[in-house]
Amino acid sequence: MRVFWTLLKREISSAFLTPMAWVLLFFLLLLTGFNFYAGVSSLNHGPTEVTVVESFFNTVFFWFSFLLLFPLLTMRLFSEEYRTGTIELLMTAPVRDSQVVLAKFFGALVLYSALWLPTGLYFLIFWWQTHLQAAGAMGAYFGAYGLLFLMGMFYLSLGCLCSSLTRHQISAAVMTFCLVALFFFTGLLTFLSGQIGTFMKGVTVTFSPIDQMTQFSRGLYDTRAVVWYLVMTALCLFLTLQSLQARRWRG
Amino acid sequence: MITVQGLTKSYGPADAIRDLSFSVDQGEVVGFLGPNGAGKSTTMKILSGYLPADSGEVRIAGFDIFSESLKARSRIGYLPENVPLYPEMRVGEYLAYRASLKGVRSRRIKEKVEDAVQLCGLRHVQKQLVGTLSKGYRQRVGLADALVNEPDILILDEPTIGLDPNQIRDVRALIKGLAARHTILLSSHILSEVEATCSRILIINKGRIVATGTPTELRQRAGVPLSGAVRLEMSTESPLVTLQELNSLPYISKATTLRESEGWVTYEIVPRVEDPRTLLYEEAVRRGWKLRELSAREVPLEEIFSSFVPTSPDQSASGLPAGDHQPERRS
Repeated sequence: MRVFWTLLKREISSAFLTPMAWVLLFFLLLLTGFNFYAGVSSLNHGPTEVTVVESFFNTVFFWFSFLLLFPLLTMRLFSEEYRTGTIELLMTAPVRDSQVVLAKFFGALVLYSALWLPTGLYFLIFWWQTHLQAAGAMGAYFGAYGLLFLMGMFYLSLGCLCSSLTRHQISAAVMTFCLVALFFFTGLLTFLSGQIGTFMKGVTVTFSPIDQMTQFSRGLYDTRAVVWYLVMTALCLFLTLQSLQARRWRG
Repeated sequence: MITVQGLTKSYGPADAIRDLSFSVDQGEVVGFLGPNGAGKSTTMKILSGYLPADSGEVRIAGFDIFSESLKARSRIGYLPENVPLYPEMRVGEYLAYRASLKGVRSRRIKEKVEDAVQLCGLRHVQKQLVGTLSKGYRQRVGLADALVNEPDILILDEPTIGLDPNQIRDVRALIKGLAARHTILLSSHILSEVEATCSRILIINKGRIVATGTPTELRQRAGVPLSGAVRLEMSTESPLVTLQELNSLPYISKATTLRESEGWVTYEIVPRVEDPRTLLYEEAVRRGWKLRELSAREVPLEEIFSSFVPTSPDQSASGLPAGDHQPERRS
């Protein structure tokens, strides 16, 4: 356990010791800031059916920055260590492969959470200025941020897997982006084929992040989504471990 | 401390090492010597637990490197070739991180890092970012990292490559100092390096061990005479000695004039006997020669090495550098 904390500490501090974390934080807050502004100003155009929280988590601005985060957060995890050779020092220290994989994953997850946390300030500011709730109930906040966290886990673990496959950061980033997009846009399958059966339609809607977010940001939790993300995260991390070990066997 | 049995590793169709067997005892400093691409780094990567071998067995302090990897790894300090480091960390920070990773107890980390910093002469760069260090200091940080948890065994892959002569001397002195407390296996393609630091030499070529022993043993085995030519420098003013006279002496097989300048002449003498220096000294006293130098040239390890490792065309390009050795040793 101590080894895991040592590794985790280094993962997190290395992100904040390089400009990466700060640059990401700055631009993410800039984009979501516009997003929040747009959401609030839409209130000027008369009554709407959605709350501020719902509209905040369902815009192009939000989803665009969300999708771009994953390749950026995960591409360096393993690839950089392969390229610079530090992996050799890391793996010859008395550490388990699983500790390395988990530390890298949780390091990325902590960073990811740290990036989203300040967006909560927008809703605080809204409350402070208008003395109105941005959402119908507290459950909406938990739902929206909870789903954000769950989706983050799955997509970050996908990124870990891609990064463990190659020594080229850009290749890892491209692979991550494509895989994340593939899972993200499952909801669009409904539009692609009019012939799609009602069962498949149900499946794609259940696993479409956009539909899930519509539900969760109203405070309606769907356990199928929760289980889906937890299981997929575990699967990806398991595959990452296999990839790390296979790499050592190949030499 | 280190036992290697029948180690084989290939990259695709090319064999990197074939059926390698050797052992290193406690307290030994063993030099792993061979031309570039002989399989030195591959062997060290396997010994340190980074690469698995195709077949064969490696035991580190009694632990199998494959099945008891963590126990074995915690007894090794490994310095990889080219010393990969995290550039964004500070030297002290990095060493503390590595110490913690290697299982040094939290309250002892500071003290161990201090020791390693002291030993490797890193005191004044302790607060510096690793990325801003020169090659020599990076090498020292790598060494400090290898010994921060005081492992029994140090595996050093080309510890002095890319350093300037002063740094090479420093690192060699450091390794010699470490020999008292650690078992050391170091690799090099520079002969004078292993001769200067190691008590035993393993010569490896094309993935096989071709010779092993102390420098003296290797000399004997190679069939090269222990002492080579003798050099004699004397004043031209002293009772004149001609080459003919020298050549007529019974224990001299051949004498040649090496150079003559400013009243001094230097002869090189190939003797018929083991060491003709005392005989020459007595001759000089008897005849009243004014001597300035009488020295034996030791056979350089290069000649021994090339008797074990024939230079093939593909090796001669990357072969042994001639620059960094001292072929002459005055005695």
